[in-house]
Amino acid sequence: MAMERLCFMYNGSMSNDVLVRVEHLFRYYGDICALHDVTFDIGKGEVLGLLGSNGAGKSTTMQILSGNLAPSAGRVWINGVDILDQPKLAKAALGYLPDQPPLYRELTVDEYLNYCARLNRIPRDRRSAAVDKAKQRCGLTEVGARLIGNLSKGYQQRVGIAQAIVHTPALVILDEPTVGLDPIQVREIRALIRELSGEHSVILSTHILPEVQATCDRVQIINKGRLLLNDSIDGLLARMQSSSMLVALRNPPPVLELESLPGVRSVVSLPDGRMQLHYLPDASPAQVLVERSVQRGWGLYELTPERMSLEQIFVDITRTEQHAVIAEEAA
Amino acid sequence: MIFTIAARELRSMFLSPLAWSIMAVVEFILAYLYLAQIDTFMQIQPRLVGLEGAPGVTGLIVAPLFGSAAVVLLLVVPLVTMRLISEERRAQTISLLFSAPVSMSEIIVGKYLGIMAFLLLVLVMIAVMPLALLLGGSIDMGMFLSGLLGLTLLLASFAAVGLFMSTLTVQPAIAAVGSFGMLLMLWVLDWAGNTGAGAMDEKISGMLAYLSLLRHYEPLLKGVFDSADVIYYLLFIVFFLGLSVRRLDADRLQH
Repeated sequence: MAMERLCFMYNGSMSNDVLVRVEHLFRYYGDICALHDVTFDIGKGEVLGLLGSNGAGKSTTMQILSGNLAPSAGRVWINGVDILDQPKLAKAALGYLPDQPPLYRELTVDEYLNYCARLNRIPRDRRSAAVDKAKQRCGLTEVGARLIGNLSKGYQQRVGIAQAIVHTPALVILDEPTVGLDPIQVREIRALIRELSGEHSVILSTHILPEVQATCDRVQIINKGRLLLNDSIDGLLARMQSSSMLVALRNPPPVLELESLPGVRSVVSLPDGRMQLHYLPDASPAQVLVERSVQRGWGLYELTPERMSLEQIFVDITRTEQHAVIAEEAA
Repeated sequence: MIFTIAARELRSMFLSPLAWSIMAVVEFILAYLYLAQIDTFMQIQPRLVGLEGAPGVTGLIVAPLFGSAAVVLLLVVPLVTMRLISEERRAQTISLLFSAPVSMSEIIVGKYLGIMAFLLLVLVMIAVMPLALLLGGSIDMGMFLSGLLGLTLLLASFAAVGLFMSTLTVQPAIAAVGSFGMLLMLWVLDWAGNTGAGAMDEKISGMLAYLSLLRHYEPLLKGVFDSADVIYYLLFIVFFLGLSVRRLDADRLQH
């Protein structure tokens, strides 16, 4: 009873913009800890990308969010409803596409989506409209009468997504939605996810980094069950601003002269004749460099700011975190 | 919601050849036994005429037919029920049900009703055979209906056990073997204590016999309707459905 009271108060204090709240989630498989103290929020209409290598805990997180798996500890609220206390109410607000789409191969696309619409309690008079809309959004209009088992992998994946959005849930959970699709289909699915983001919140997992850049508002990096980074895409892009640039000069001055430019930390000559300038953050020497080049006739013909790729950030973060954990354990 | 799940189950069953072939085989075997039974009856009929209180056509044809139907279906029902949950687990379609706003009991009861709808169709096909006797004579309707009720309850119990076994595993074949073994065990349970002599032995064998599925079927076949037998079957069904719900619920907890 006290617990219920507590929940209620919590709901009251929950901000209106928060659709999903996950608190101190733990999950053990036997002795293996798949999730360790994961806490985050998802806002309304937001697209959240879960990023992590294989076995990092992405699918476990999504299974817990969708009610397919009970957490060992921690709580999940969807729309202010605890998914363990009132599973039916909470599940009405979500659509879930597991890593393997849950399709009945012996049914046609229409029959299957109709069944899903019924399962999600769409009233009879709105059912066929809902199915039509989901089919149209996922590009399935032409294959409605075909057996799911006969469709290609890409179409099956689309049926899986249609199933997750047929009841226009507030939260759409997509576990690796673009796996196994050809590049054109991948682009279509990404466009669809962007389209969904207006009225639905979307959480998607992937280990493909550009996908996150292309579709998400916010990124979370999970490694070995721990949430390492929770940042907006803009924040992530800012992190990617690296502090180096590539310079190519026709008449390069001595390296020492370049190193004396304000803000430059070091200069590395590359084998192809170009030079890599490392500089202090927020002290780009680009302007000075161009001015000097014109004054002294260095013949600047290339100036490329270098960006860290998402891959590098990912590797950096997971690696530093591992060091931290090891240091922690040693201490 | 329950009926949505049941309807899908029934539909999927008829979309695979399994349901059709099972119906065909069961019907074929029982038709053969039925004809053999009629032949026997024709042969001994002249001798029966003189006897006082001789068994009638219902006792000699309908009851043995329902008796053999029970044994044949004991072999067949595990094959029908094996895929109910295990196949959904194997194909990972179960997460569709788990993430939809339906409770575990709705899933189990829906699945159960789906399979029962199929078994009732089989039952109708079996019942039509003795009813065909009405074309040329009359049968004891009370005895026929009580036997039919017995067979229905028996089938419903088989299905409950099969459904439970299907929730235990990912492999349909294991579910089939498991439920077949369990049903056979429950069937022959009353043979166990027949040899015992002591008072304790008698108590145990009495109890075992009481638990046997067969022991409660026989009176109904003879036209003896005892509400205790009916309640036994109903409790049996509810017990196994309850276990199935618990087992399905546990899916989310441990792996």
